[in-house]
Amino acid sequence: MQVGIVGYGVYIPKFRIKVHEIARVWNEDGETMAKGLGVSEVSVPDLDEDTTTIAVEAARNAIKQSGIDPRKIGALYVGSESHPYAVNPTASTVAEAISAGPGDFTCADLEFACKAGTAGIQMCMGMVAAGQIEYGVAIGSDCAQGRPGDALEYSASAGACALILGQKGIIAEIEGTYSYSTDTPDFFRREGENFPSHGSRFTGKPAYFRHVLNGATGLMTKLGLTVEDFDYACFHSPNGKFPIIAANTLKIPFEKVEPSLVVRAIGNTYSASAMLSMARLLDICEPDQRILMVAYGSGAGSDAFSLKTTDLLLEKRDQVPKVDDYVNNKVYIDYAIYAKHRGKILDMT
Amino acid sequence: MTRDVAIIGQGMTKFQEHWDRGVRELAAEAITEALQDATISHEQVQALFVGSMGRFGGQEHIGALVADYTGLTPIPATRVEAGCACGALAMRSAFLAVLSGLYDIVVACGVEKMTDLTDSGDLISALGAASDQEWELQAGLTFPAVYALMARAHMAKYGTTKEQLAMVSAKNHKNAVNNPKAHFRREFTIQQILQAKMVCAPLGLLDCSPVSDGAAAIVIADSEIAETHECPVWIRGSGHASDTIALQDRPTITNIPAAQVAARKAYEYAEISPDEVDVAEIHDNFTIGELMGLEDLGFVPEGQGGIATEAGETQIEGGKLPVNTSGGLKARGNPIGATGIAQAIEIMLQLRDNAGKRQVEDVEVGLTHSIGGSGATAIVTLLSSKRR
Repeated sequence: MQVGIVGYGVYIPKFRIKVHEIARVWNEDGETMAKGLGVSEVSVPDLDEDTTTIAVEAARNAIKQSGIDPRKIGALYVGSESHPYAVNPTASTVAEAISAGPGDFTCADLEFACKAGTAGIQMCMGMVAAGQIEYGVAIGSDCAQGRPGDALEYSASAGACALILGQKGIIAEIEGTYSYSTDTPDFFRREGENFPSHGSRFTGKPAYFRHVLNGATGLMTKLGLTVEDFDYACFHSPNGKFPIIAANTLKIPFEKVEPSLVVRAIGNTYSASAMLSMARLLDICEPDQRILMVAYGSGAGSDAFSLKTTDLLLEKRDQVPKVDDYVNNKVYIDYAIYAKHRGKILDMT
Repeated sequence: MTRDVAIIGQGMTKFQEHWDRGVRELAAEAITEALQDATISHEQVQALFVGSMGRFGGQEHIGALVADYTGLTPIPATRVEAGCACGALAMRSAFLAVLSGLYDIVVACGVEKMTDLTDSGDLISALGAASDQEWELQAGLTFPAVYALMARAHMAKYGTTKEQLAMVSAKNHKNAVNNPKAHFRREFTIQQILQAKMVCAPLGLLDCSPVSDGAAAIVIADSEIAETHECPVWIRGSGHASDTIALQDRPTITNIPAAQVAARKAYEYAEISPDEVDVAEIHDNFTIGELMGLEDLGFVPEGQGGIATEAGETQIEGGKLPVNTSGGLKARGNPIGATGIAQAIEIMLQLRDNAGKRQVEDVEVGLTHSIGGSGATAIVTLLSSKRR
């Protein structure tokens, strides 16, 4: 049973803060920070934006691009690590905003650090393939928070990507998926904490790379594919370096990964990261091309996918703003405004 | 003293971030390798000394832990600590144990698992435990800052330059390229070292030894057993001295007086003079440490450590006295407890003509120099392929 992406949509808030500006506040060298991270600036949500609102924007774009009747959506999942509520679903708000449901319609929120969005893809795949639903929506959306002065503050950003899965009108077939999951506590946030904690260098080799590389190689073995079979590849991007190292290790040429590196211009959008990177590839690639996408979530696990584009991609993708349209629509703010937007200013009275 | 003591075997893990191993696995690997090298069985080992600061994981009672996991129980197992000189102290303790005549075969092991501490604040506190907690650390003086003060004073008094400090790092990194057990096996140019991120002026990132995991072990035996071995490495001299724990209480901060005392004791015991030393491992936890060590050990005149380094005197190629052929603490890595033993192992390899591409020609006498804290402990050991 062929299952694939029937439409996709993205959203990136327009505000940007430069890595240099964050560095200025913490007395770091901006040039060194930006070079070391491979990130020059990060996206910042507006005062009245959050994970829910940006998920809605992305979902609306996806619906429009796909051309489907939203009442035919059978399931909708929002994966995030910044759901506005600990208890109160983001998904139901997004669903109503795009006229999905209320009947014969299920929705829920998902969590697995940065691979919560792709977990939703896997769930929708199964439900569509089983004939349980006609269309499913999987959204990765985050307004990520970094502890003031911490390394992660320089890369944490905001963005969303929504995918509509189905069997009719496929623009990119999902050939298969493979996940690799272990108990590896590289990055975590306890209930009630404002900011996450992380294991510094432990987040590298034993966490990100172990799971991403195993995910990719496992997928290829499962599907009988090799690196040469892929035209493009994208990886979860906590910074502008890790995805490049992952590609290198897998012997994927840089040219096949470079177009996906949205992280360099907007930072790490957490649950949207891999999906936004993939969206950029869908924005620029040709029909009948194969894309590797590997998402990574701390804690830890990877979700790998192989996608094959169809002719319909060219027909549909120009209907809505592309990744670059959002990347290039930007307004710079300084750290003071950024802190106000991110709720980092304490009320000391 | 008529009893002669030698090292008859060595083993060490690679020094690196060992994400999947802890103290017990690292120590067991090093000791097992050392016993194999010494062709000694577990049952023949009579005592164990383990050098480890242990603060990075909270596990105490490390002597017993290592004896347990290496299968050496029920022999007496003791953890020794002296700041960053733990390993050298373990070696000296094993030496004294055999020298006393009570034991014939003793293992000295150094081990440290540092990478479980990922928060930099916790790491600074743990490292600062080797300095004065009350009057240095809690006053805001981190460990790099202590050595930065010594570096500044040395530069002010003797005209030592940042370039000369960088040359120490460049040399040690170049040496480590040929050391398969080293943490960092890549070269850095002087420019790169000078431009590295500042840690505490004048010491930059590449002036400071890294955070590493690892273990190293040696088997120490009396002469009767040693003589049955092909290449025993004789412990000809051992000097151990203490000084004020806090830097501010010392009469000088441009040198480490304890190192001078320990060196003198070692040279006297061995009846060897500094100019007879062919190769040395000097404690370069920070690049300034190697410069001060050259002077304290009597290899160069006071204040001339930088000049001698710049003149290439400590290089393997064409150097008068090659220093830190292993890569030193800087490039070989510095799992605190293991370092002092790793230094001895490098000298052993040199004396046994086993140092591969790092080999120095015509080596007969080697020296290791290990410092605890900012100089509150110093241990100097003289090793030779010749028994007397």
